[in-house]
Amino acid sequence: MLSVSGLHLWRGDRHVLRNVSFEAIPGRCVLLTGRNGAGKTTLLRAIAGLLEPEEGQVSWRGTSTRQTRNEFHAELAYLGHEPPLKGDLTARENLAYSIGIRRPVTGAEVDAALARTGAAKFADRAVRLLSAGQRRRVALAGVLLANAVLWLLDEPATNLDAEGQHLVADLVAEQLARAGVVVAAVHHSLPLAAESLTELTLDVA
Amino acid sequence: MKTGALAAARLVAARDLSLAFRKPSQLLQPLMFFMIVATLFPLTLTPELSRLRDAAPGVLWIGALLSSLLALEFLFRDDAVDGTLEQFALSGQSLTWMLFAKTCTHWLLTGLPLALSAPLAALALGVPVAALGAMIAALALGSFGLSLVGAICAGLTLGARRGGVLLSLLTLPLSVPILVFGSDATRLAIVGADIAGPMYMLSAIAVLGVTLAPLAAAAAVRIGLE
Repeated sequence: MLSVSGLHLWRGDRHVLRNVSFEAIPGRCVLLTGRNGAGKTTLLRAIAGLLEPEEGQVSWRGTSTRQTRNEFHAELAYLGHEPPLKGDLTARENLAYSIGIRRPVTGAEVDAALARTGAAKFADRAVRLLSAGQRRRVALAGVLLANAVLWLLDEPATNLDAEGQHLVADLVAEQLARAGVVVAAVHHSLPLAAESLTELTLDVA
Repeated sequence: MKTGALAAARLVAARDLSLAFRKPSQLLQPLMFFMIVATLFPLTLTPELSRLRDAAPGVLWIGALLSSLLALEFLFRDDAVDGTLEQFALSGQSLTWMLFAKTCTHWLLTGLPLALSAPLAALALGVPVAALGAMIAALALGSFGLSLVGAICAGLTLGARRGGVLLSLLTLPLSVPILVFGSDATRLAIVGADIAGPMYMLSAIAVLGVTLAPLAAAAAVRIGLE
């Protein structure tokens, strides 16, 4: 469903991605592993379309994502290093705005997603008063709410406690059960069933 | 189901408005700057109203331009830092419409208040009361043009580490036409003449800006996110 072929990308004079190819199919999670600086984030950003690769192609449902950018993005949820939240808004407001831009969303849906990620207790607190782990939970609720087929997650379990790590694994498993596609950059493997995982190790350039 | 482009733009505007009212200092700063610049002139130049009146169009417009440059820094910077712009670019919605909404909101929060508070400074500079209406109209229209031009430049300087100086350097030459026609309109209003000519030019710039600036800003922001 998501196919990456022959991706080459330079950052400045560093050849970060060297001929990266892989295929992600519904119900499977591709784990990107590799040392710091191996290009995991770069690869995720290139798949999302935030970085233009010098060579190679990313296709979604058989067509290049460059040609059908908005359709591809409508099916994509991207969670980067930093949770994309506004410190001065509450968790609930943040999601109502950021998800509302993508699709009409009701307050009940937002509450349900926040409850699922264990963020219901601090849903009405300004995000700048939350801890990094709490913010991560709010951002994960956003990923859930996006109703996207493809999840691109960059270190989704960072800052989370042990229970949070399991939460991320559960969310990913549920997404895979819905025939979703997940590509996640991780340092520690997620506690997922081995048959649903494909590991792709990137080398430091 | 997907949110429509206009509904998305409206949400972007609503979000920016509610954010602005939670952090009013960011809005008041450019406004205070404008008032201070404009009211310092009578103290330093001359207390004679007839001479101040001659300098008033220049003082008001230079003040407005510098204050808008100050405000421009906040147009995209916060959203770029916290990843909001990235999410906009990946939302599957038209970035052009969302940035247009952001730019209009920015004008609503900076340009319009500046135009509306300008009479205070203008009276201190000896501008006759009869000319105030025309001056507000010219400043409102001109600052809208400045916001649109600034949106392109703010988008282009997103990737630069010290974007502030670069932003000013980039915006200043592009805003010269607005400065020229705007101060001309104000000068004509002070002497009681017809301001239609320069106002048409300011409108033309604003229309050109509405048509092209959001497209250019969206392209610039996509590059800036790299």
